[in-house]
Amino acid sequence: MELISPTEFAKQKVLAVQDYTWMTVHSVTNLFRKPIYFADIVQQADLIGVGSLPIVVLSGFFTGAVLAVQSANTLQRFGSITLIGQLVSLSMVRELGPVLTGLMVAGRNASGMASELGSMVVTEQIDAMRALGTDPMKKLVAPRVVSTVFMLFFLTVLSDFVGLAGGLVVSKLLLNLDARQYWSNAWQALVFQDVFMGLVKPVLFGFIIATVGCFYGMTARGGTQGVGRATTQAVVAASVMIVVVDLFVTQFLMNVLSFK
Amino acid sequence: MPAPTLPLDSASATSPESAAHAIEFQDVHLAFEENEVLRGISFHLPFGETKALFGVAGSGKSTILKLALGLFKPDSGRIMVLGNDVTQTPEKDLFVLRARIGMVFQESALFDSLTVRENVAYRLIEEHGFEDTTIEDRVREALRFVELEQAIDKFPSELSGGMRRRVAIARAIITQPEVILYDSPTGGLDPVTSNTIVELIMKQRDVYKTSSLLVTHRLQDAFTMATHQFDKQTNQTRTLPRGQYCDVPMSFLILRDGKVIFDGDVRELTHSKDEYIREYIS
Repeated sequence: MELISPTEFAKQKVLAVQDYTWMTVHSVTNLFRKPIYFADIVQQADLIGVGSLPIVVLSGFFTGAVLAVQSANTLQRFGSITLIGQLVSLSMVRELGPVLTGLMVAGRNASGMASELGSMVVTEQIDAMRALGTDPMKKLVAPRVVSTVFMLFFLTVLSDFVGLAGGLVVSKLLLNLDARQYWSNAWQALVFQDVFMGLVKPVLFGFIIATVGCFYGMTARGGTQGVGRATTQAVVAASVMIVVVDLFVTQFLMNVLSFK
Repeated sequence: MPAPTLPLDSASATSPESAAHAIEFQDVHLAFEENEVLRGISFHLPFGETKALFGVAGSGKSTILKLALGLFKPDSGRIMVLGNDVTQTPEKDLFVLRARIGMVFQESALFDSLTVRENVAYRLIEEHGFEDTTIEDRVREALRFVELEQAIDKFPSELSGGMRRRVAIARAIITQPEVILYDSPTGGLDPVTSNTIVELIMKQRDVYKTSSLLVTHRLQDAFTMATHQFDKQTNQTRTLPRGQYCDVPMSFLILRDGKVIFDGDVRELTHSKDEYIREYIS
């Protein structure tokens, strides 16, 4: 690997942030400028949303289940095993559902976007698209952003639900708790602030996944090796950004929504 | 030599009265980081003419085509295309201008997830306002022009290199653009396929009077174009008598070290006293 000076390194990073910001701004403003590629939005929604269903359902279910197994031990020590529904519900809806779904979709789709767009860049298909009078930002980036934000929202709702179901299965089969009591606790524990927080996060995470995936794809250089590098970087950057943004958003929403 | 059939109606190229030339480069400089690729390039392409660009690998030939399309911006200088200053035009307005220009990329750059039909029809579909039957007719017309109508339902991965290049030409000509930019259209192809593609470019020049820039490494292709003419009546190319070489709108431009060292017709080229040029064409 070629060594570069710290100044050059810093310049490259600042330039990358500038380019990323420019792309995110355009991906939003393009939503209000014609032409709008509805067919591409639907196609991407199918690829991202329906395609991610199995991994989201599986990861959500088993996360809820393992959460119940782990917390049962602690709760039993304090004689509060009946609170397991509350614990699983709050953890899944506020935190684990959005973050895990985000990470799963990032792993699957940020990489897919980076590799697909990166391949198009290195084979001059993006240049060809521009030469044929089509704005790749509108045709390729905007539909991916809209679809990811939209589908991640619903995937998170589904993940929350199957997570609760996973907790229920463990509570019923392993801990011999009453299923109705579990559901009742889980349901009653949730207040507006919890649900709101759990539904704001996937919108932000979806935006991060799509813009990061598209950014690394559109800036891929250096043939197939460059596409591979862009794919890896997209997954890493999207995942790290999700967990970092999660902390700040959680703190911000807790202050705004006056959590007790 | 026999030529493909001519299914398209003769469409005269429209040249805006305000524009003196189809393309004009004025003292264009461009560097990629430390590497200065173009150092004050100036030339013009008259309407209806084909200009062949030569130079060693990395001399900036393909870059000139991308600059003309506005895909790159120069560091300094001015580029006029069909009367528009592409160096000052914002990207969103360039899309309108690009609809009047066709480009054949070096590696064809066909959309690999689309069929030949969808690739060729791409511009018509994007422009909207065309009925499906009209699109189908025009796609078939363009594919007949490049003799590939039978490949309409195939994907680019199912085509040979030469076929991909011909599909790229069909995609570039489907809207009968006023200017076509060819980036090494015969590169890496066998002589027979190369000749077919050279004939197609000649036909585009002589029948449709399209202005074009042709980047190539094959000197013989450009000499063929300078010494032959496509005859619409016989639907064949014919060799011109020695004294009539300058009758065809064909010129040559040679780049060296980021500068233009020759810009003229075939007669001027063959009579050049420049040692580098003599060595280049020998």
